[in-house]
Amino acid sequence: MYAVVAGGGKVGSNVTRSLLQLGHEVTMIEQRPDRFARLEEEFGPVVIRGDATEIAVLERAGIARPPELLLAVTGDDEDNLVISQIAKETYGVRKAIARVNDPRNQQHFDLLGITQTVCATTSILGLVEHEVPEHGLVSLLELQKEGLAVVEVQVEGGSPAAGKKAGGLSLPAGSRLISVWRQGRTELVEPSTVVRPGDQVLAVVPTGETADLRRALLGAPKQA
Amino acid sequence: MNAVVIGCGRVGSAVARGLAADGWDVTVVDEAEDALSRLGPSWRGGFVVGHGMDVTVLERAGVPDAEAAVVATDGDNTNIVIGQVLQQRYGVATVVVRILDPARAKLYSDRGMSIVCPTQTAISGLLETVRAAKPASAA
Repeated sequence: MYAVVAGGGKVGSNVTRSLLQLGHEVTMIEQRPDRFARLEEEFGPVVIRGDATEIAVLERAGIARPPELLLAVTGDDEDNLVISQIAKETYGVRKAIARVNDPRNQQHFDLLGITQTVCATTSILGLVEHEVPEHGLVSLLELQKEGLAVVEVQVEGGSPAAGKKAGGLSLPAGSRLISVWRQGRTELVEPSTVVRPGDQVLAVVPTGETADLRRALLGAPKQA
Repeated sequence: MNAVVIGCGRVGSAVARGLAADGWDVTVVDEAEDALSRLGPSWRGGFVVGHGMDVTVLERAGVPDAEAAVVATDGDNTNIVIGQVLQQRYGVATVVVRILDPARAKLYSDRGMSIVCPTQTAISGLLETVRAAKPASAA
């Protein structure tokens, strides 16, 4: 596979190293002279110097081949967005993955059709949520194209769903309970499955309706 | 008629003043508070301190009710992204974006964005002037 990596910071250089070790062909682009010099010592001709948002630099990196994969992982969200847009829309790169540095910019990537993004802050926050039991609902996976989220809900003794059959719960349209994890075992949810306190329920829900699902299963959110 | 100008440098501030003189209600957005001084002591329009990528800043500047927007910060890619957000998210009818790099300017202009590229204007102007001055014998 041929990959172009825009940005040679921690993310870019480590991903490049791993891709090379896996036997892939990679070109990495780095603008800053000091960083470029250090990268060139390790990576040799794999790294080229330039502004990855300039068409000429992208072409020097072989964007017109086009690569099977483009990673836009600079420290600047606007740059990552424009690099991904140019790669996808002008050069027909099929897969562009962009780094989102500021989670508030995620909405701009979504709006402009850059659907494959990675945001370290959001990922870490997800892990934090997983560690905070009173939060009740943890988002495990978002399927953007399908408009669905896979979530985990921790049922407590006072939860409205506790003691009720899954088939009798009124959940947001389009959502389903998939499984419950109880006493170290996973059981698939049938309409007859009774939800019990202590259950960890795995559910699929349309994105944007997770709060409704949470309310249906756990009641109104507690104030922090 | 409401207009929002993002970026209050030499270009943005002069455009804001020009639009205000034409009778527009203009709000200017800039990260730096002291950029307000570029608008002059008699500025009666709005001024919001913040980054144009921040939707809360855009909304405070009245973007949802704006008929026109000019995007002229000092970053080409910032301008490209903000311009698209104004068009696609807020449906601002007239959005014009400054892009200094002629290659990116052409690319986004081909995609239907309304672009002003000062670099390309300079290149064309300089070339035309010299070409016009060329003596006929050299033709």
